[in-house]
Amino acid sequence: MRIVIVGNSATAVGAVETIRQHDQASTITIVSEEPHGIYSRPMLDHYLGGEIDAARLNYRPSDFYVTHNVQPLLADRVSSINPEAHTVNTESGQVLSYDKLLLATGGQPIVPPMNGLDTGGVFSFTRLDDARAIEQAFSERSVQNAIVVGGGMIGMKVTDALCHRGLKVTLAELAPRILSAAMDEIGASIMTEVLLNGGVEVLTGNTVSEIHSEDGWISSVTMKDGSEKACDLLVFGIGVRPNAGLARDAGIEVNRGIVVDRYMCTSAPDVYAAGDVAEAYDLVVDMNRTVAIWPNAYRQGAIAGAHMVGIEEPDQGGVAMNAVQAFGIPAMAIGNGNVEQEGYSILADENKRNHRYKKLVFDEKNHLVGAILVGDINRAGIYTGLIRAKLDLSECKDSLLSDHFGLLSLPGSYRKHVVRGLGIEV
Amino acid sequence: MKRIVIHEEYCIGCRLCEVHCLVQHSESHDIIRAFRTERNSIMPRLTIEESGPVSFALQCRQCEEPACLEACISGAMHRDPETGAVMCDESRCVGCWMCIMVCPTGAIQQNLLGNRIASKCDLCYGADMPACVANCPNEALTYEEI
Repeated sequence: MRIVIVGNSATAVGAVETIRQHDQASTITIVSEEPHGIYSRPMLDHYLGGEIDAARLNYRPSDFYVTHNVQPLLADRVSSINPEAHTVNTESGQVLSYDKLLLATGGQPIVPPMNGLDTGGVFSFTRLDDARAIEQAFSERSVQNAIVVGGGMIGMKVTDALCHRGLKVTLAELAPRILSAAMDEIGASIMTEVLLNGGVEVLTGNTVSEIHSEDGWISSVTMKDGSEKACDLLVFGIGVRPNAGLARDAGIEVNRGIVVDRYMCTSAPDVYAAGDVAEAYDLVVDMNRTVAIWPNAYRQGAIAGAHMVGIEEPDQGGVAMNAVQAFGIPAMAIGNGNVEQEGYSILADENKRNHRYKKLVFDEKNHLVGAILVGDINRAGIYTGLIRAKLDLSECKDSLLSDHFGLLSLPGSYRKHVVRGLGIEV
Repeated sequence: MKRIVIHEEYCIGCRLCEVHCLVQHSESHDIIRAFRTERNSIMPRLTIEESGPVSFALQCRQCEEPACLEACISGAMHRDPETGAVMCDESRCVGCWMCIMVCPTGAIQQNLLGNRIASKCDLCYGADMPACVANCPNEALTYEEI
């Protein structure tokens, strides 16, 4: 079998590792427009912050392609797909035939249109080359004042990293508060305070509307409210939109992302999509949607890979979640922690002075559907497990926020199921 | 592969497993030195849960499909090629806590004693019998091929 994978990140790795568990004979080609081997995108902010060197960005050992018998086709871009002929064309002129094709094309950084985007010192932040370009700017000139556009998880991470490097950072978020998608007002206000204490200027309800330059390098920006801010670096950290153009052009069904079923199959035979580009099942909202997070990307890649080699294990669904740290204070948003809906109930515990906040959201059946944690993230995964398990928690709700919270706070049957070991129950 | 099995009905909450886990992961492997001089740089890899008469020691469950492995952004979480055990390569971990966010048993802990890293049971790597199992006086922990 000839397998072609477009993309070279978590989804591709998930697919390759799963395929090779069962099948050594098929050929696997990975096509990636980036010239680099497999690296970890979510580690880029750790690299930018100076916490790790470039070598630690390697998500898998450098001989991964060899050990997994993969033919990498790097620094080349797939220009079109022909689902009828089962071929993809690349910009370098290659025509690759496939028996199975996986589109793991990820997302494109969202950059709002404005004047001055092509100015030096203006960056998005999704690729190694972005991080390297910022790094190069640091070595070539004295960079002191940065503006980060986007107060979500990505913007927070970039802000934290730039502060680590000693920059004075202004964070601009168009919504009335930072982390408006992931966090509720209390969680966001605590993280805002953490940023302010760290010397970050936080501007909400405001964003950059125009970029000005001197000698080709950014010198200031005009904000939406008309004010002017001097700066010598601008980073867009708004987020990504699915990179689904190839699929759309090939007549494959695309909504916001590429539409897939529980096996990551698209509307075209033998074509799969997974990761940030795919609109896959989310078990909390009980519908398909795009959720650009690393665990989903890896798992969906693995499911697609398994299906390719004849293993039909449907996706149980993802849970939208993310973790961020600012100035050492960790924060997590898991599932629907920020949704208020009729019939939902909330348990919350707040200690603003210690930058601690815990909030659990339950639906009308007393199933946990979301959690927000700031400061104390100990054993957070138990909450994620409960969200996945869709368990009636009415009996033990009150102990879920206790300081001694653990598996013993949970119904005995669930506890024993988990404690005996997933997959090793007797 | 061999896994640690918990028998909560036999656990008497003596915490010897915790003590010996700490010693095992100390540099000196000496109980006095581990507690006197190394306590600020090492932590036990298991969690004791206790409520009324029920208690047990919880280590990484060595899941068949480990959520930590798919969530890990650094590649630190991996399967040992020889034993198949889920391990954290601490030299590659950056302490992003994604694994903590997804582990359904809450068996992974933050180690903030040095560089931020995720801390979990390593089955006393290379040992025939993990220290917690070997030192449990009541066979509330056993090490079995499952």
